[in-house]
Amino acid sequence: MYIGSGLVFFVIAGLLASVMRLQLAVPNNGVVSPQVFNRLFTMHGTTMVFLVGMPIIAGMMNYLVPLMIGARDMAFPRLNAFGFWMFFFGGLLLYFSYLAGPGISGAGSAPDVGWFAYTPLTARAFSRGNSTDYWSLSLLVTGVGSIVSAINVIATAVSLRCKGMKMMRMPLFVWLSIITSFMILLALPPLSAAQIMLQLDRFLGSRFFDTQAGGSAVLWQHFFWIFGHPEVYILMIPAFACLSEIVPVFSRKPIFGYPIMVAATVMIGFISVSVWAHHMFTIGMTSVGNTFFAISTFMVAVPTGIKIFNWLGTMYGGKLRFEPPMLFCIGFLFQFLIAGLTGVMLGMAPFDWQLHDSYFVVAHFHYTLVGGFLFGIFAGIYYWYPKAVGRMLDRRLGFWHFWLIAIGFHLTFDPQHFAGILGMPRRIYTYDEGRGWEVYNLISSVGVIAQAAGIMCFVVNLIRSYWKGEPAGEDPWDAWTLEWSTTSPPPEYNFETLPVVRSSRPLWDLKHPEDPDWRYE
Amino acid sequence: MTNAEALNSPVEPAEWRLPSRGAVAVICLILTETALFMIFVVAYLYYIGKSLSGPYPSEVLETPVIATVCLLSSSLTIVLAERAFGRANAGGFRLWWAGTIVLGAVFLALTAVEWRRLITGPGLTISANLFGTTFYSLVGLHASHVIVGLILLTLTMILFLLRRVRPEHGERIKLISWYWHFVDGVWVVVFTVVYLIGR
Repeated sequence: MYIGSGLVFFVIAGLLASVMRLQLAVPNNGVVSPQVFNRLFTMHGTTMVFLVGMPIIAGMMNYLVPLMIGARDMAFPRLNAFGFWMFFFGGLLLYFSYLAGPGISGAGSAPDVGWFAYTPLTARAFSRGNSTDYWSLSLLVTGVGSIVSAINVIATAVSLRCKGMKMMRMPLFVWLSIITSFMILLALPPLSAAQIMLQLDRFLGSRFFDTQAGGSAVLWQHFFWIFGHPEVYILMIPAFACLSEIVPVFSRKPIFGYPIMVAATVMIGFISVSVWAHHMFTIGMTSVGNTFFAISTFMVAVPTGIKIFNWLGTMYGGKLRFEPPMLFCIGFLFQFLIAGLTGVMLGMAPFDWQLHDSYFVVAHFHYTLVGGFLFGIFAGIYYWYPKAVGRMLDRRLGFWHFWLIAIGFHLTFDPQHFAGILGMPRRIYTYDEGRGWEVYNLISSVGVIAQAAGIMCFVVNLIRSYWKGEPAGEDPWDAWTLEWSTTSPPPEYNFETLPVVRSSRPLWDLKHPEDPDWRYE
Repeated sequence: MTNAEALNSPVEPAEWRLPSRGAVAVICLILTETALFMIFVVAYLYYIGKSLSGPYPSEVLETPVIATVCLLSSSLTIVLAERAFGRANAGGFRLWWAGTIVLGAVFLALTAVEWRRLITGPGLTISANLFGTTFYSLVGLHASHVIVGLILLTLTMILFLLRRVRPEHGERIKLISWYWHFVDGVWVVVFTVVYLIGR
């Protein structure tokens, strides 16, 4: 349910983006008004992060963690359901804003303050009506859902492991789910706190962000980004987790450096809470402040780089199989590397002073989120759909999906780097000719067509294969972790008898009793 | 391949004990709530001395000694209640658990009285100035957690009186008391920040 709803919101937010790209394809376009454009980018960003990214990772963790640790269900099944419905109703609340009253241009009262809603724009005086309140309240509601889901995942992974599954024998997906969940526990409360403060300001006249009363509008930015930066790692680490399961299976080699993968991810978790003000280099912090955050930003690239090397090390010398899951993983590796490099570039404060709030930043984060997160999730869906549904996804459609979206992704986001360097700011609804931005915007918009075609292949594949896909059997990929030992789909109780494991690849041990892993671990 | 087969292997630790899921969940809850309170504490500390107009803390705050004693003692009474429960001492449990509820309720009542005095007297409201904003939000957030705790405690009391609470529920009693100790601990921090540092 999580993943299905997440994918529905994905299509909606994708349509919002398509309208934006249509508006920006040529200079001085008039497809939408500036007010509508503001709502488009606000809703696109808010939806993608909170109503697509978060539920998809929650759905994957809640589905896969029990199967991978040999448990019957999550530690708190009803809490699982509660978390889902909080997300779902929070999402409905956000979109209800479109219907909730006549906006200034008659297009409804959806929020238009940007997905990070800086103060003082969101103060009552500057955001009339209730659109900001819909934004704020829906995030409070969905935030509770996320936190509750995180508690459930940690309790499950700690308390419900089957016999013999020590922590260092768990699949990396489970380790990374635990780390993600701890980050959710610590990073979501700052967002909730900031929303509470915003609502107190808007409704009870408190002075948290009121500069007239001596308050600090920048305080919102600090609190938001203390949430916001760990949030992007919260999104990325489950994508890393998908890679850590898929790349070994399709390289026919165990993951290179399991303990370091765990340690590096823990380090990412810790360091990521210390980098937040790299989103704020232009607000006038002291040079000491700027330097600190620049250095911490460079540091977080180190464990991330280690992980990339380990995935490559897994592939090196392996017998590679280029099925759709693996193709998406390879796309991820290439694109996330570039995204990391542009991130390090932006981490240099003086460089950021030129490029803050330009399309270079837009290009960077779409590279991480689309080129990285989305490709990782696609890999995961192609890999685990047969387990969940009992039928394989169509291979040819999978290849079409991959190539269309890879080409479309690059057409759309590669030129945006250059537009940004040439000075194009983000969040503008149109631009004049003669600045040299036209060709980049046009190519960028054309790429949407290929991406949309790719997504359509994907949706058709998902739906058609549900009834007509090739039956998958228990273990279509010849994999090694416990989820592949159940039927496809698994029964409601997951396992008839709870398994007992002796290594981190229990199914390898079963299939190769002459050369089991526990001799080497 | 069914999993009834040789997934069972010969040599494994006989003892396979994992932490209880309830304990893990409550610890995670406490962690996440701590993060929430930290942000309000940071806001309070950051805004100390920055109010542009009065009322100011040193002028209007009175140290809530009795309220603090009540709340901190309630942590003691809840420990005594737990012990009584462990010894199947129903009378003792009723006494000390009810005592905890009463002490918590007195804390809330005294907070309410204090707020009423501040609002009607010197006119300190949440919108008066930065001090008012941060004071009411931080103390209020804590008070809301006391209310939730009291609800949990009262529900438990009712269930106990209806004889629905059995000895095997001892762990759940313990987890509720952990939450209550957490609320107490937060008060120590809030008290320090508001009445010691901030004045």
